Amino acid sequence: MPQVSRTVRIGSSHGLHARPAKLFAQAAKDTGIPITIAKDSGAPVNAASILGVISLGVEQGDYVTLTADGDDAEAALDTLSELLTTDHDAE
Amino acid sequence: MPELRGVGIGLGVAQGPVARMAAPLPPPPDERSTRSVEEETARVREAVSAVARELEERGEKAGGKAQDVLEAQAMMAEDPTLEQEVDDRIAKGKTSEFAVYDAFASFREQLTALGGYLGERAADLDDVAQRVIARLRGLPAPGVPDPGHPFVLVAKDLAPADTALLDLEKVLALVTTEGGPTSHTAILAREKAIVAVVGVADAAGLEEGETVIVDAAAGVVVTEPTDDELARAKNRADSRAAAASAPITPGALRDGTEIPLLVNLGNAEGAAEAVALGAEGVGLFRTEFLFLSSSQAPTVEQQRAVYEKLLAAFAGKKVVVRVLDAGADKPLPFLNDAHEENPALGLRGLRALRASEDILREQLTALAEADAATRAAGKGADLWVMAPMVATVEETEYFTKIAREYGVKTAGVMVEVPSSALLADRILAVADFASIGTNDLTQYTMAADRLLGSVATFQDPWHPAVLRLVREVGEAGRAHGKPVGICGEAAADPMLAVVLVGLGATSLSMAPTALADVRATLLQYTLGEARAIAEAALAANDAASARAAAQAAASTSSTAAEAAATREKETEQ
Repeated sequence: MPQVSRTVRIGSSHGLHARPAKLFAQAAKDTGIPITIAKDSGAPVNAASILGVISLGVEQGDYVTLTADGDDAEAALDTLSELLTTDHDAE
Repeated sequence: MPELRGVGIGLGVAQGPVARMAAPLPPPPDERSTRSVEEETARVREAVSAVARELEERGEKAGGKAQDVLEAQAMMAEDPTLEQEVDDRIAKGKTSEFAVYDAFASFREQLTALGGYLGERAADLDDVAQRVIARLRGLPAPGVPDPGHPFVLVAKDLAPADTALLDLEKVLALVTTEGGPTSHTAILAREKAIVAVVGVADAAGLEEGETVIVDAAAGVVVTEPTDDELARAKNRADSRAAAASAPITPGALRDGTEIPLLVNLGNAEGAAEAVALGAEGVGLFRTEFLFLSSSQAPTVEQQRAVYEKLLAAFAGKKVVVRVLDAGADKPLPFLNDAHEENPALGLRGLRALRASEDILREQLTALAEADAATRAAGKGADLWVMAPMVATVEETEYFTKIAREYGVKTAGVMVEVPSSALLADRILAVADFASIGTNDLTQYTMAADRLLGSVATFQDPWHPAVLRLVREVGEAGRAHGKPVGICGEAAADPMLAVVLVGLGATSLSMAPTALADVRATLLQYTLGEARAIAEAALAANDAASARAAAQAAASTSSTAAEAAATREKETEQ
């Protein structure tokens, strides 16, 4: 199974805090495949864990790396990358 | 009708069944589980899932921002990382309760360490942990209850996190056992206009579901109310609701006696809002902001621009400007930098201006020029100018003479010192009007520094000693046919406003948000009734009993008024 990674820049003006963190973790969980998220070169955490995601303390403009395994990994990362680059607080 | 006493916030009254906010649970003990790992795991899964579903349901009902917070909390409850942490602890033989407590605590520390916004999310985590542990123990969840119907919330005090999730549609009133008039609950109640009585120590004994009347105006919670009491409380609540939506009218008593309602302003920016809330003018415009944080006095031109803006905003209305009041808690280096042991008793107010007369003359020049300019533009206001902290007749003469030199038509003094209240008859023979600053007058009458917490209990304008001084000024005003205004916290307290009018005040000035309640309250009493209520307050020995006596006298007159209204109706039919 291929492992896929992608590095994106955070668009949300409040980083990955409460609401954006919730949306992201929920989406990661909904993909049904194991996905991790890491800030810069830090240790990866489970992307479906809201607490893991919040505790990364990701701010707008930070770079994060998503990694997923499995057949649907590409499609899953496409969805999640788009979510991360959107400014949800500007909606 | 047993009554529990507290401090009422506002004037409202409400009734309904009590729902208590459950107290936080003590941390579970770290002891070995007597259950198997499988049993503990099953228990924890059930509890976590039940809590998550409940949070989601509450979120769905709440909608908006609260829904986001609650859904995030539901996700925290079922967080896979946390689940792993809990499972690890259960595998080591811990109880579910302790495993949940300990696992959440470790995350809490991480979030707190991140600080700021993330640190605040630690409270959300605590709330989730408490809910799961309560569920495991079969206890009610801590926090704001949700009995499924409107309720009177009884709590120790509300934390900011509790109030954020408070469904204001469901909360009929707030009662707290702790907290005072400046507690978080009180602030919320004022902001949202919720009926509240705080600091009711005996409310701890109220039972879940029992019906109570929460009377903020009287500062009591009535338990075991009779049908008659409930009906009267409902009538009051209804008429207050009607008053709040009533059109804004000029301030007046029931008999038509006009009591102009003015506002206290510190800068010209608040003008539009004040006018929208029905301000009939400005009773106190503080000019300190022009001077504070400057190392030298502002120029005449700078001052004139601000005064012009203010006068134009209240075109055609009365605007009372107070010349610079510096010293004591508002030190100005260019005015007085000498060290004083007791600055409140030092060179402050008019005394400081007299020592630097050029500053006073510049301010009067700017005011006169602004007055002329706005009049020329057809936007003139009725400008009155007054001096702060006047203690003697001689000072009154000094100020009115100098003000008239600059063409000020109406020159007055602030009565903030007992000496000027006691000599009000002589002072008003000279000045065109008096304005009573109740905060300072209380401070100087009671010899209690208004900024010092340890003597805060003395700082109550309801004190009969303060009321007597107000009466002196009121009587002097009546004798000379000159206006006596009130500016300060006292005028914003609706019942006290009635008393002050009864003592002879002819206008009231307050924060714009207080206008509606004061307006509605004044309309309930005639001048004769206001005088009787004031007499009742004057006859008391201390502030608390003055307040109680005024309330008792007021309810007698409103009962009489109700009876009169009923008779009128009957005659009509």
